[in-house]
Amino acid sequence: MPEALRTSIVAAMQRYPDSRSAVLPALAAAQEVHGWCSPEAIHQVAAVMQVTPAYLSSVGSFYDMLRTEPIGDRYVFVCTSVACHVRHAKEVYDAIAEEARDQGLEGVDLREFECLGACDMAPMASVDGRYIGPLETSDAQELVAAVKEGREVLPGRGLADPGYALPWESREGAS
Amino acid sequence: MSELKILTEHLDEPLLHEMETYERLGGYKAARKALTEMAPEEVLEQLEASGLRGRGGAGFSMGKKASFIPRGTMDKYLCCNADESEPGAFKDRLLMQRNPHLLVEGCIIGALAAGANKGFIFIRGEYEIQAKILDAAVVEAYEKGYLGKGIFGADFDLELVVHRGQGAYICGEESALLDALEGKRGNPRLKPPFPASQGLYRGPTLINNVETLCNTPAIIEKGADWFTAMGEGKSTGTKLVSVSGNVQRPGNYEIELGIKVREIVEGLAGGPPEGRKVKCFFPGGSSAPVLTADALDLPYTFEAMAEAGSMLGSGSIIVVDDSQPLVPLALRLAEFYRHESCGKCVPCREGTNWTVKMLERIDDGEATPVDLHIMSEVQENIIGNCLCVLGDSMAMPIGSMIKHFREEFETHIDEARAHRNGGAAVGEHDAGELASAVGAGPQ
Repeated sequence: MPEALRTSIVAAMQRYPDSRSAVLPALAAAQEVHGWCSPEAIHQVAAVMQVTPAYLSSVGSFYDMLRTEPIGDRYVFVCTSVACHVRHAKEVYDAIAEEARDQGLEGVDLREFECLGACDMAPMASVDGRYIGPLETSDAQELVAAVKEGREVLPGRGLADPGYALPWESREGAS
Repeated sequence: MSELKILTEHLDEPLLHEMETYERLGGYKAARKALTEMAPEEVLEQLEASGLRGRGGAGFSMGKKASFIPRGTMDKYLCCNADESEPGAFKDRLLMQRNPHLLVEGCIIGALAAGANKGFIFIRGEYEIQAKILDAAVVEAYEKGYLGKGIFGADFDLELVVHRGQGAYICGEESALLDALEGKRGNPRLKPPFPASQGLYRGPTLINNVETLCNTPAIIEKGADWFTAMGEGKSTGTKLVSVSGNVQRPGNYEIELGIKVREIVEGLAGGPPEGRKVKCFFPGGSSAPVLTADALDLPYTFEAMAEAGSMLGSGSIIVVDDSQPLVPLALRLAEFYRHESCGKCVPCREGTNWTVKMLERIDDGEATPVDLHIMSEVQENIIGNCLCVLGDSMAMPIGSMIKHFREEFETHIDEARAHRNGGAAVGEHDAGELASAVGAGPQ
């Protein structure tokens, strides 16, 4: 078992009055190492936390961000929920999915996702936690290419990028 | 038609997320005052007197909620609900990303009011950047001695942990949040007991939304009277409103409660695109029943939205313009709740699934207007019959869409049927049966 993983799980267990509270942080840490909640990952968490693998599987399968299959260790979540839906997010997702097929994108967990809490930048996607938007179908080609090549995706258009502003945010005191 | 910036006052300061900037702008003064100059009862009194209502959705008095926490020496907990997952809501994301110390300070005040010495900020897993920013702020606060033992030299300890969820809307429901925090599947609990008497680890627990806690420092610093001077009636203070959907300038706007919805939707957010009109809007996230354009002149308060048959909820307005057909929208909405239903209660698990199937049936041209009636019955059987309101949160907006736009649903049914049967548009419902009787297959 990777020592760093053990250390991080033990540290998580110590943060809570009841060490079982560390299940989610521990599974997330194991997924980080293994790419998904594989049987091996589950067994390693179980060994450190002293809970059964079955218990961990039952918890892990409840949460969307914990992967129960080896789809890929990176992700592109495209929000197609209500507020993005009315701004044609489905078309953006379809364009990205088509590009992913055409360019042969592999090892990436690409899917439609429920509301990511960024309806101001709709339609948008989260690429490994980096929120990018507003997106158009014409961005699909570059987005997929950048993910595939491991480049930064659409620089300057990520929520936390320096100087990021929505296209209409020239209003004073924009927040 | 302007914003009233209290929570968002300093948000444009580039380094506001750092302790130094936050303190320079007067940060942690309120927590210091609460701990060194006020008794916990006084803090609680001020919060109650301010009339501050929960900003997460339910709109329950924050001070009252804190007053339900029993006194005594048992372990008590504060949980900040930062699981913001309601479609349409993105206000807490802004506060945590730009002003994390405001939340940390709010947690200190909230914990003091509840007598809690352990606090958790449960942040949704998708907010990776915001979680990192919060983590850094918590570390800074520990270094300064604003968290930990004997804060500000007072006899008060607070341990604060940022806990990341892993992607489940239901964890925003307070009892599901507690289960998730205890390392379980996020299933809502049977209530009572309410979290105030038995919450996290079975101890008394105060659960508040990010924005609610972020309001507390100013209330402590400037007093409850200052806060009640803003707003209208029982909707005191300002509200950070997330406006999204078919408007020209989606974004977060801080407004004084009581201004007209129109001022928010058209004034601040610019209204629908050129040439389009507001068809309907969700006044409080996707769980709120939709209202039509004539409701735009109502004041944006908890009371007015409730009277109109909807709710202010988390203060997230999703605008739908007249280019949007409602059946696909209703379907997308129902799919969300089907996906997010935890599956514990049958009416919700089955009801959300059947609603999706019936809406698909409408779109596929397999439905008749009777299906609308059946669908209404499904909604009625969900509402009030589950441990939490997730199912209701689908049933109510879907029901409201059918109520306000029944004709559109009926036309959609007819047209989809006609299309399926390969004929010209037929208005008669028996035309479809006739066509299938003579063996016309799907398209």
